[in-house]
Amino acid sequence: MSVITESLGTATQMLAQGDERLLQTVWLSLQVSGTACLLGGLLGLAVGAALAITRFPGQRLVVGLVNTLLALPSVVVGLLVYLLLSRQGPLGDWGILFTPAAMVVAQSILVVPLVAALSRRLLLSALSEGGDQLRSLGAGGVTTALVLLVHERLAVLTLLLTAFGRAIAEVGAVMVVGGNIAGVTRVMTTTIALETSKGDLPLALALGLVLLAVVALLNAGVALLTLRGARQGVVGAEAMA
Amino acid sequence: MRAPPAQPLVTLHAAGAQFGNTVALAGVSLSLQRGDRLALVGANGSGKTTLLRLLHGLLPAAHASGARLAHALHPEGRAPVAAMVFQRPFLLNLPVHWNVQLGLWLHGVPAAERRARTQQALARVGLASLASRPARALSGGQQQRLALARAWALKPDILFLDEPTASLDPSAKREVEALMAAIVGEGVTLVFSTHNLGQAKRLATRVAYLEAGRLVVERPVREFFENPGLPEQAQQFLKGELPWTT
Amino acid sequence: MDHLRTLPLSLPRRCLGVLAIAAAALLSVPADAQEPSGKFIVMASTTSTEQSGLFGHLLPAFKAASGVDVRVVAVGTGQALDTGRRGDADIVFVHDTAAELKFVAEGYATQRRDVMYNDFVLVGPKGDPAGVKGNNISAALKKLAGTTQPFISRGDKSGTHAAELRLWQVAGLDMAKSKPAGESGGTGRPAGYKDCGCGMGPALNMGSSLNGYVLTDRGTWLSFKNRGDLVILVEGDKSLFNQYGVMVVNKAVFPHVKAELSQQFADWVVSPAGQQAIAAYKIGGEQLFFPNAK
Repeated sequence: MSVITESLGTATQMLAQGDERLLQTVWLSLQVSGTACLLGGLLGLAVGAALAITRFPGQRLVVGLVNTLLALPSVVVGLLVYLLLSRQGPLGDWGILFTPAAMVVAQSILVVPLVAALSRRLLLSALSEGGDQLRSLGAGGVTTALVLLVHERLAVLTLLLTAFGRAIAEVGAVMVVGGNIAGVTRVMTTTIALETSKGDLPLALALGLVLLAVVALLNAGVALLTLRGARQGVVGAEAMA
Repeated sequence: MRAPPAQPLVTLHAAGAQFGNTVALAGVSLSLQRGDRLALVGANGSGKTTLLRLLHGLLPAAHASGARLAHALHPEGRAPVAAMVFQRPFLLNLPVHWNVQLGLWLHGVPAAERRARTQQALARVGLASLASRPARALSGGQQQRLALARAWALKPDILFLDEPTASLDPSAKREVEALMAAIVGEGVTLVFSTHNLGQAKRLATRVAYLEAGRLVVERPVREFFENPGLPEQAQQFLKGELPWTT
Repeated sequence: MDHLRTLPLSLPRRCLGVLAIAAAALLSVPADAQEPSGKFIVMASTTSTEQSGLFGHLLPAFKAASGVDVRVVAVGTGQALDTGRRGDADIVFVHDTAAELKFVAEGYATQRRDVMYNDFVLVGPKGDPAGVKGNNISAALKKLAGTTQPFISRGDKSGTHAAELRLWQVAGLDMAKSKPAGESGGTGRPAGYKDCGCGMGPALNMGSSLNGYVLTDRGTWLSFKNRGDLVILVEGDKSLFNQYGVMVVNKAVFPHVKAELSQQFADWVVSPAGQQAIAAYKIGGEQLFFPNAK
């Protein structure tokens, strides 16, 4: 119990002092996972939309595969990407192993099945509601998917936040492909792992709390944006009454 | 004034529709003429919605059988523009005017013309003052009027409506019917399904009765409601809906 | 009432704007304050070396002397050598002479040079139930094998693990032979032997919570904070010394390797300047690494 209270104190102190190395690590975490969330999110939305609007033989298998990949351990993704990016691997000439770029690649891949599965579900539901109407208005498959994604943008945002959470909280993939190099590829989660293995548990826990605080702030910001949008709708309805 | 020569827009020959093991329509032969105001009546599940979708061309080929022929317009020489209004309007989570602009955008109308036609359509249905409100914040009747505005803005030749007033209160119902009448006044061909036989009487030129996926009988409106020579099922249906006729 | 013209930025455009700003922010600012296009090499080394804090002290000195950044990927010795074999590192700095010589024999490096040594210590519970305290590791291990006290082994092909296995062998115990549970004595694995397949820190964590014995390098021990009841029980035995070697990955095998910059480091670390920097590194006033380049 004392470890936890000590950690809370350390965490608050670190945040208040704005230790430069901590800030750099936090910023790197946000950059890597944020970029991965955008890239993996775009690809995932495309896959999910394709699975929702098309019919092709073997589709059930592909959907099953996507759902299975939801359980892909992050360290396995890390290993696969490592093998791809290693000098001995097919993409070795890119030379991005042990750099943040490799971490973005790994986390993007990690996030794609999640976004694909959730967006497919989302679009199927939206299609059953409005697919006919949009078709009647002259929208083709791709246009329908895009329009429905805009229509369901709040749900898409939640989806992307979920993907971001998965990315920023994982340690297996970035550890393997990034190498946890101090000042270059060391992010919050790998720092926590390092401090834990060094036996500095209070510091590790404190860093965990800092990470949670940062993500909470991000979520609060997003919630504020969406709340404003939702309130407009409510006010509109009240004005009608 | 002489009636214009009959001009078929969509013809169905022994057309059918099947979803999995359910046969929604079978052996339907029908010719939709330009200027028709066709009312589809029948119990729930009789196939009215499926027939509307089939006529409109919304039915995926995998589910359709038989023949559906679409004809070009005379003298315009182009395919007819069709639009559909559903019982519960699907409106996008966007301001009112965007919902109308979307249809125009999908039809390739340039931006300035889009805005102008949207404004006109909204004014026509009495929603001009709500143009920037979120569409979802509108009342049920207003939403259906918006759906009509959206369809109207496309300048359709055929307008399909699937029980357009079923979910509306009486005053909203009257507003929507008035708009349907106005649309018809512009020469738009109408096909609509309804439970409201009074509505069919008021608006339709022809009435088709469906039962269990079959088109049982199809007559001009006066004949349908006043002629005793209707098939037994249709007569029973009318009796059920209008208990004071014999 | 021309609402269409007086509308504020419509929602879709606003969203795109936010997204564009976010994307620009994410992709623009580099996370590290260092010059992005500086010279750097990738060095595969071990977790124990990194956790000792040596690199935080040594590498800035090298950078000041040469302008070259050394990016350390710290893994187990086995993995570090494998990283070199894959050409994913430019230079390898580990502490397992036999494995290093094999690396050279395989052609992945042309040369191996001694750099420094540190030592291992046997830590265990203050009360020392197995009675191993002293300065003779062989005797200590033999005694430990005769009890059922827990002993945590790293079991991860690291230099420390290799050293540990050699010490057991010298003490006359064959780790490959296991004994039935509960039995003590004999020449097989001790009853309390636990193979965690983990790094030095986690092994110490385990030892601390199980109140067991762990063979650890002094560097990791000195910076380890979760000691619990553990203290150093055996130290100073010559066979506990742990030799470090540096090898530049062979450019002939991997043309992309930054051989010149890596050679700069290899030359510097065995030079008087480098050796002095090594000796100067202390934790709590205690020197951890002893330079012994020839």
